[in-house]
Parts: sequence; C-alpha cells; structure tokens
Amino acid sequence: MTELPKLEVRNISLSFGGIRALNHVAFNVPTGSIFAIIGPNGAGKTSLINSINGFYHPQEGAVLFEGQDISGLPAFKRAKLGISRTFQNIALYTNMTALDNLMAARHIHMRTNLLTGALYWGSARAEEIEHRARVEEIIDFLEMESIRKTVVGNLSYGLRKRVELGRALALEPTLLLLDEPMAGMNVEEKEDMARFILDIHERQKMTILLIEHDMGLVMDISHRVVALDFGRKIAEGTPDEIKKNDAVIKAYLGQEA
Amino acid sequence: MSANIRPSGVFDTSYGQDISINRTRGDKWLSNGLLIALLLVPLLTAEGPLGISLVPQLWIGLIIRIAIFAIAVQGLNILIGYTGQISLGHAAFMAVGAYTSAILARELGMSFWLALPLSALFTGGVGLIFGLPSLRVKGFYLAMATLAAQFIIPWILRYPLEGITGGSRPLEVPAPSLFGLSFAHENAMFYIIIPLAVIMALAARNIARTRVGRAFVSVRDNDLAAELLGINVFSYKLQAFFLSALYAGVAGCLLAFESNSLSLDKFLLDRSIEMLAMLVIGGAGFPLGPLFGVAFVNLLTQNIIPSIIPSVKGVLPSLFPFLNPINVDAALSPLLFGLALMVFLIIAPRGLAHRWEILKISWKLRPYSH
Ligand SMILES: Nc1ncnc2c1ncn2[C@@H]1O[C@H](COP(=O)(O)OP(=O)(O)OP(=O)(O)O)[C@@H](O)[C@H]1O
Ligand SMILES: [Mg+2]
Repeated sequence: MTELPKLEVRNISLSFGGIRALNHVAFNVPTGSIFAIIGPNGAGKTSLINSINGFYHPQEGAVLFEGQDISGLPAFKRAKLGISRTFQNIALYTNMTALDNLMAARHIHMRTNLLTGALYWGSARAEEIEHRARVEEIIDFLEMESIRKTVVGNLSYGLRKRVELGRALALEPTLLLLDEPMAGMNVEEKEDMARFILDIHERQKMTILLIEHDMGLVMDISHRVVALDFGRKIAEGTPDEIKKNDAVIKAYLGQEA
Repeated sequence: MSANIRPSGVFDTSYGQDISINRTRGDKWLSNGLLIALLLVPLLTAEGPLGISLVPQLWIGLIIRIAIFAIAVQGLNILIGYTGQISLGHAAFMAVGAYTSAILARELGMSFWLALPLSALFTGGVGLIFGLPSLRVKGFYLAMATLAAQFIIPWILRYPLEGITGGSRPLEVPAPSLFGLSFAHENAMFYIIIPLAVIMALAARNIARTRVGRAFVSVRDNDLAAELLGINVFSYKLQAFFLSALYAGVAGCLLAFESNSLSLDKFLLDRSIEMLAMLVIGGAGFPLGPLFGVAFVNLLTQNIIPSIIPSVKGVLPSLFPFLNPINVDAALSPLLFGLALMVFLIIAPRGLAHRWEILKISWKLRPYSH
C-alpha cells in the first residue's frame, strides 16, 4: 500500500459566505479503484467534486493529483492532466449532435488551430478522421450508434446522461468524476449505466470517483466509500464497514425523520 | 451545428466522406456551377468585353457590395453565431481595415496585395484588444464594452489621426493593380472580391467544422463544460474577437479599394446595427446565414422599400393629417426597415438559413421523409 494514491484530498474547507460546504475533508483515492461518496442532500458531495476538478477553490487544504499539488490550477488545466467529469444536472452542448459533443471533448488531444483549420485540406482533415475513429469506438462501447447525429437537446434524459458519460470518456481521463450518473433513471437504464461504469473500470484501469444516492448500487460496485454530512467526513471504509457504521445510519435516518 | 443530412439511398463509406461539405456529386456540381455562373456575370454587361448588355451594369456594384458585406457579417457570425459573444463595434473594425490599408497604400506606396493581409491582421489585433472585457463580462455588459470601440475608433481616426486620414473629408484610395494590369473598373474588382469572398467563406466554414470551431460552440453553449473539456475559454473568446475583426478588416479594405474613396460616415453605429440585423435575418450560427442576410437586407433597402415608399407616402398624410410631409420622407425608410425586421423576427426567429436547412432536408429525404 505504498503506491502513490491517484488523488489526495488534503484537509480541504470551502465556504460560501456563511455556509460551510466542506469542513476539513481528507481522504485518499487509490489508483485504479472505484471510490464512492455518499451523503444526504446538501452534504457537500458536489462541492467536493467541484473542488477536485477546479470549479471551486477551497480556502483551506490542498488537492493532489498523482502527487502533484493542483490546488492553484484552473479547471481547464486539470482537464489536461487527465481529470474528467459528468454533472448532476447534465451540462452538454444541447445544440450540437451527440457526435460533435464527443468530438469537442477530443480538444486537448488535437492540434488544429485557426490557420490549419481554415486551410482544412491537409493536417486538419487527417486529424478529424483520426479522432473520429477514436470517438466511434466510444460510441460503439456505449451503444449510441443510432443517436450519433441526433442533436442532444432532442434526446431523452437517460440518453443524455449516456452522451455525457461518452463525452467525459472522449477526454481519455485517468480520473473520472461522476456526479450522480444514475439519478432520475429507470431500473433498466441504471443497470446499463452500472455495467458501463464497471466495463470502463475493468478495460481501461480508470480510477472512478462516484457520487450516488442508490445505496444498493454503491455498495455493489465500489471498493471504498466516504460518507459526508454537513460538509464533514463522518465515515470512510469498505462498503461493508459503511453499511454498519452508526454515524452513517444516523445521518440517513436523521434525513428521513 | 447545422444538420447534415444525406439523401435517401446515399451511404457514406468512409469518415472522410461523412465529414465533407458536399457529400454527394450533385451538391458539388450545384455549388461549383453557381460559382462559375456568377463569375461570368461581368462578361455579360454593357461595359464587359463582349459589349452585350444581357445583365444590367448596376448588378455588378450590387453583387460586389453583397460580397463585401457577406465577408464582414461572416466575421460577426463567428463571434456571435458560433462563439455566443456580442459586438456593437463591427463597423468600427471595418474602418480600421479600410483606413489602415488606404494609408499603407497612400503613404508607403504599398501594393493592395500586401496592404490587404497586413491591414486584416492589424484589425484582428485591434479586435482582440476590444475583446479583452469578455474575460470579465457577458451579454449586455459586453455589448456596452464593445460599443466603446464604436465610439473610440472613429474618433481616433477623425481627430488625432486627421493628418493621415483626412478627418471628416473623403480620402482618395489608389486602384489595385497586378503585373501592370489596373483594377480600376468595377468589373475588374469583381474578380478580386468574389474569389476572396468565396475563400473567406470557405475558411470560416472550415474553422467551424474543426477543432477551433467546436471550441467556439462549446464556449457559446456552456462555458463551464467547455472548461471541463480542457478548453481555455478566455483564449477562445479572444480568438473569436480576433478572427471576427480580421474579417471586418478584409471587408473594410475591399470597400476602400473598391470605391476608390473613403469616408468615416460609412462606419458608424448605424452600420454596426445594420450588420447585426443582417446576421439575425440571415441566421446566426449558420454558415450561409451571412450571405442570406446581406442579400436580403440589400434587396429590402435598395429595392423593396423604395418601391413601396411612394404608395405609403400617398396614404400616410391622409391618415395622419398632423404629419409634416418632409419629415415623413426622411423617416419612412428606416421605419419600414424596422417594421420588416420585427415581422421577420416573429415569423423566422432563427433566420433564413435555418428555413433553408429545413427545406433542403425535406427535399433530400424525398420520397421517404423518414
Ligand atoms: N455556488 C454556491 N454558492 C452558495 N452555496 C453553495 C454553492 N454550491 C453549494 N453551495 C451550498 O453548499 C452546500 C453543499 O451543496 P452541494 O451541492 O455540494 O451538496 P450535495 O451533497 O451535492 O447535495 P445533493 O445531494 O442535493 O446534490 C449546500 O448548502 C449548498 O447550498
Ligand atoms: Mg450534488
């Protein structure tokens, strides 16, 4: 266990005015694991992911990616390092086709600029074809062949979630952050999504950090779980340990009561 | 992005074919044929080499004007249609291109062929500077910031630089020439301007369908998600401002050399607004939007409105006897233009190019509409 963790969240605290969204949160995500974050509504889960990918900058603490302190980097630079994510409320380019959404995510792997793009016949066209092939692999993998050329705004909620996962994958990240990838889906769609996540993890040895409310699912697919409540880490452990943890049970019961 | 639909029964066999603009032989013939036909037009005018007046000479000036403004509005399309930014200073950037190229030609004796790219690049740089506020502000506030360009630039050209720009007086511009051949006649300028307009349109189209274009649209559709994809949002906003102004610069330079004479009042706020209207009417975010918009607005202001003004003028005083006929004369054409714009926004809010796409799809999918 001396291997460098993929991600190290070092004692971060984040406040919005008076609201403390994160309060001295710390944990390590081992390389190659599926790592889950659970917690009641408003616990700070999304804020945590936003702090990891650079949308939020915690006032205290640090975020280390592969041992490198990335706390000061803007989001687009973290993406270049290999951190990719999906959103709780889906943030696709609704006027683009599914295909173009994925092609847009090849940005950091492509080189065409204003000049070579304007000239097109030459390097730009070759690059388009090369990356199109790469994107088609993801389309195959996520079984999106039939919606390739559909404008994303016209797709169902479940399919949009899938396109968003495809876009995150097209970045070829080594750390994938998924914010409630199965929220609002029916059972069948959830099973598909769980299968995709497990496949991605297995085939590409990707480290996956997952926020999910469906406890059964979280316990099934993740290796390690952190539970948050009111911005604090209240528990960390294997799914079995978390299931039995008193603080976790209380946090969830407290919410229901 | 525009829908890219192929006719029933046509299948792509490679990604290369799938991503080309003209995906079928028919498309290719149509666009090449139209271009060749257009290039023949000056030969058929009274002042053409054949001396047959099959086409009125007036058309040449009109086509040139449409082509020049199509270039300028294409620049606006990149900034507004693709990248989702805004500019109320586009005419001022045209002025930068026009005056820079004219001054390079007059003061340094530089040839048109060198002055054109230099002035275009310089205008791009100026546009980039006025795009800097986009780092901080969006929408309405950005519009105000770009409005500053529309006031500052003409002022600088009129007063501090009066010595070389002539201030409010018209500035003479020498005609371009190539290997001793002069392009003084508009029929000759036609052969500079039309190919250039085609090249600029193709370049815009190519940028739009490759990496930078997708980054532009990403910034427009969701700038947060754009960051997430590793897109440096600010850098691409600035590139859009640069490119947009560069197009305005080319258009301005062509306008200067085409009319042989320059005056500042061609580049004021009303012109910027008119170009915005052209883009909206033509269809922002569509490759053909600028051409449609410029052609339609020209038709509207040069032909349609002048032809209906006499009848409207006869009716108005009898309806509203308190109106002074002299004021009616001056107000009528902007009034009718505004009215047309409003009607247009209601019946075709996404512009002519969008209508055209729909028409094309239903035509191509014949006889199977699904
Ligand atoms: N940009 C912001 N400005 C102000 N407050 C914020 C902001 N983002 C989050 N918060 C606050 O931080 C707290 C944690 O929110 P967060 O979205 O991280 O919760 P969550 O665990 O993702 O909840 P959910 O399960 O509902 O998605 C909430 O009280 C929220 O109101
Ligand atoms: Mg959340």
